[in-house]
Amino acid sequence: MSPVTGGAFALATVGKVVLFFSVLMLAVMFATIFERKVCGFMQDRSGPNRVGPWGLLQVIADGLKNLLKEETMPEQAIRPFFLLAPVLAILPATILFAVIPFASPLPTQWGLVEMIVADVPIGFLYVLAIGSIGVYGVAMGGWASGSKYSLLGGLRGSAQMVSYEVALALSLVPLILLTGDVRAPEIVSMQQTFTAGPATYATWFVFPLLVGLFFFFVSGLAETNRLPFDMPEAEAELITGYHTEYSAMKFSMFMIGEFAHVITVAALVTVFFLGGWDIPFWQGDNIRVLSDGTVIGEPTWWKTLLTLGAFGVKTSLLVLVFVWIRWTLPRFRYDQLMDLGWKFMLEAVTVYILVIAFVILGIEAVGIPAGGWYAFVLFLVNLALAGVLFFAMDRGTLIRGGAKGAKSAGGEAAGQGG
Amino acid sequence: MIQDFLFQAFAASAILGAVIMVTRRNPVSAVIFLVGVFFATSGMFLMLDAHYIAAINVILYGGAIMVLFLFVLMLLNLGHADWRDLRGPVGGLIGGSISIAFLGVLTRLFVGGTDARPVVEIAGSALREAAAEQGVVGVVARPLFTEYTIVLEVTGVLLLVSIVGTILLARRERT
Repeated sequence: MSPVTGGAFALATVGKVVLFFSVLMLAVMFATIFERKVCGFMQDRSGPNRVGPWGLLQVIADGLKNLLKEETMPEQAIRPFFLLAPVLAILPATILFAVIPFASPLPTQWGLVEMIVADVPIGFLYVLAIGSIGVYGVAMGGWASGSKYSLLGGLRGSAQMVSYEVALALSLVPLILLTGDVRAPEIVSMQQTFTAGPATYATWFVFPLLVGLFFFFVSGLAETNRLPFDMPEAEAELITGYHTEYSAMKFSMFMIGEFAHVITVAALVTVFFLGGWDIPFWQGDNIRVLSDGTVIGEPTWWKTLLTLGAFGVKTSLLVLVFVWIRWTLPRFRYDQLMDLGWKFMLEAVTVYILVIAFVILGIEAVGIPAGGWYAFVLFLVNLALAGVLFFAMDRGTLIRGGAKGAKSAGGEAAGQGG
Repeated sequence: MIQDFLFQAFAASAILGAVIMVTRRNPVSAVIFLVGVFFATSGMFLMLDAHYIAAINVILYGGAIMVLFLFVLMLLNLGHADWRDLRGPVGGLIGGSISIAFLGVLTRLFVGGTDARPVVEIAGSALREAAAEQGVVGVVARPLFTEYTIVLEVTGVLLLVSIVGTILLARRERT
């Protein structure tokens, strides 16, 4: 069976776009209730529990309220930009999803439909390009509101996002070094069949690129303005930062944008480091469509459903980690945040790229073929690097903790910059 | 067919955006329209199968440089200034003659027989073959890191020097 072409392709693409957008919006809805429920659990309270069973319909009530509320327009706001900002906040987060493969190809009677909206040849460069546009919503919302809190939030937000974009882009360089390709379906396929011999087994890149995952995740947290990087909307200082002046649906659009961004970053981590839609310990899902149209593996509809489930589970777990971090770590001070971005992350990622490049060069010079040992050597190097990294970042407050940390941990963490 | 139409549409919106951008008095509107122009040119690159250039155009110009512009405008609160850039008849005369000169150059390109399309198509087919072989990033990356490594590194040093110089000039003396 060959991939769909012509009119069927166009129809399938439109179908995927519609389906996908609705699923993403539904996921955003449930991410909000999920976050509030998890927050409730972590703080030993019930969370929303009045509307519908277990408060699940709260999102619909909130959505209705936001639609029916009065839209305020501050007098000092600059109208066109004030209206444009929420659109610019929601747009990049939603169209980012187009390059994420979310299940194995689905066979239909017109041909094979790949479960990705647009398999662009530039792969994750598209992610970086569209992700970098997200700054405009924050910057413009802050500036156009004509309020000093909004302006400060917008300034903080744009500075932070520009700073961490550098680390975000660099943290994907080891991935290119390992895979030699930028297209997401290729990366998923390589994680499923990372081997040269007759035996086929999956090696998720979380193992050979453990530290890369850490850098990507931290920069992703900063990009989405989530705690502990939510300086742009630090409510104790800035009310809510760049969207202070927004109400009703316009405010809601900022929120939808933020949650869509969280889900997108979680999906990207899944694709790049957790095997995408790969089901662990099962080789039946190693399905790959080559660029000339030949298909490796046997696609069936139930495999598509299963892999979709695997992708959903992985992404949801990562969203849970996002929420978990929110209620675990305190917010950074602004200078600490900038120091972490420019004086630590940037250098550390650069050194990491160098180390990985040399290790890969060494492995290939020794002649170890791609596969288990190749990944294992990289994993060991990463473990060592992770040890050094966490020891350096910890500054003696958590790991060594105990006797020394008991009396000084609090004071030191609050008192030291960088 | 549809590629041609989209190319023309992107080209038209790029020109339109550029015209609106230079006629705005509010610097922030100018920045936003310039971002629009970058997106339109990226669209044109995409229609010419230059995927990598399109992505880099958006990443660097749309996502980094223009954000920096916007950031500085916001930081210095210049966004509300609405004075004209061209002041007096002399300024108007200089600006007008420069734009007419550029228009002349462009007209000569179009009227004088150098058709841009065949060139693009030849380069396009060569590019397509190379891209199928090495991937769209490889087409750019391979020459950059093999044939032109020295040039690339020297350019990098040049940029570093300019950054260090800027910091040195901008630094206040500590008293």
